[in-house]
Amino acid sequence: MRFFRTMAFAGLMIAAGNAALPVSAAEIAAAERRSGYSFMTPDTGKIQDDDTANPGMLWVLDGEALWNSKAGASGKACADCHNDARTSMKGVAAGYPAFDKTLRRPVDLEQRINLCRTQYQGATPLAYESHDLLALSVFVARQSRGLAITTGADPQLEPSVTRGRDLFMRRQGQLNLGCANCHDDNWDKHLAGSAITQAHPTGYPLYRLEWQSLGSLQRRMRACMTGIRAQAYDYGAPELVELELYLMSRARGMPIETPAVRP
Amino acid sequence: MASALINVPASAKRGDIIEIKTLMSHIMETGYRRTAAGELIPRDIITSFACRYNGVEIFRADLFPAIAANPFITFFTVATETGQFDFEWIGDQGFSETASASITVE
Repeated sequence: MRFFRTMAFAGLMIAAGNAALPVSAAEIAAAERRSGYSFMTPDTGKIQDDDTANPGMLWVLDGEALWNSKAGASGKACADCHNDARTSMKGVAAGYPAFDKTLRRPVDLEQRINLCRTQYQGATPLAYESHDLLALSVFVARQSRGLAITTGADPQLEPSVTRGRDLFMRRQGQLNLGCANCHDDNWDKHLAGSAITQAHPTGYPLYRLEWQSLGSLQRRMRACMTGIRAQAYDYGAPELVELELYLMSRARGMPIETPAVRP
Repeated sequence: MASALINVPASAKRGDIIEIKTLMSHIMETGYRRTAAGELIPRDIITSFACRYNGVEIFRADLFPAIAANPFITFFTVATETGQFDFEWIGDQGFSETASASITVE
């Protein structure tokens, strides 16, 4: 059923006059931007709003324990340099991905944590989507809850934002769809019974009921790419970070909800 | 790293109906799924949950494979006396976790 609906949807897109390959995207006006929160049922919203019902808080608790536990050859914990995350990490995640001066490219929050581990703690980097990396990143991002996203203000990021935007607009995969086909042009409609959202990454890492777990924005984007039957980029690929960067800068000014809950 | 989130009101009037919310971290692996290589992933679920109020059991639940990961269990009880709620989760592969919360009843 899902397959046929998807196919019908793809056919509809082509019939709508998008025979020419570039996406005819009308970007979402600032006043019309909506968090994924407003697309889901009030019941799911209640899970997110109550910290004792929100399963994402389990990872936040684990992240807090990791923040204070020593790691690597240096024998230092995150807290030994950054002290209390409640003050030192406030607003930090709202500005990621951010430009790394040494690497001369944007890095996302997960990569920043791993850079810190390898450079300052003498520890091994944590694997993408591992429990510990999700826990640390959600604990850091939690400190920005309610604060406006600031990503993309740095002028050094401009070429990367542009590349991310190009990827967002570019048709790809066997279904020949670009991100913008759904998330800019059809966000008020449904796809196989699920609301198509505007793709504002306000709550990552977030708990998806479908995953029965916390997951990163990269996991979400890779799932979308598989959905349009494109070859998903590997975790940590520069293209994925640029796409993250574009999405976050596109959502600039919207409040962080981490850890969000989505269906 | 198993952990639980418990929400019990810190205080209540005698006779009040209070809501207790519990969230336990657990993967709840059904035992029906297979790996990419075709091998069955062994069942790993919480099988029972119980709550005692000052030592007296007031709530018990059996859990089954169809229950989602990180089971969220809420129930109501009457606040009768100041004391402690003890929660216990028991499951496959030797899983056993406890938590407690106290309440002041006026």
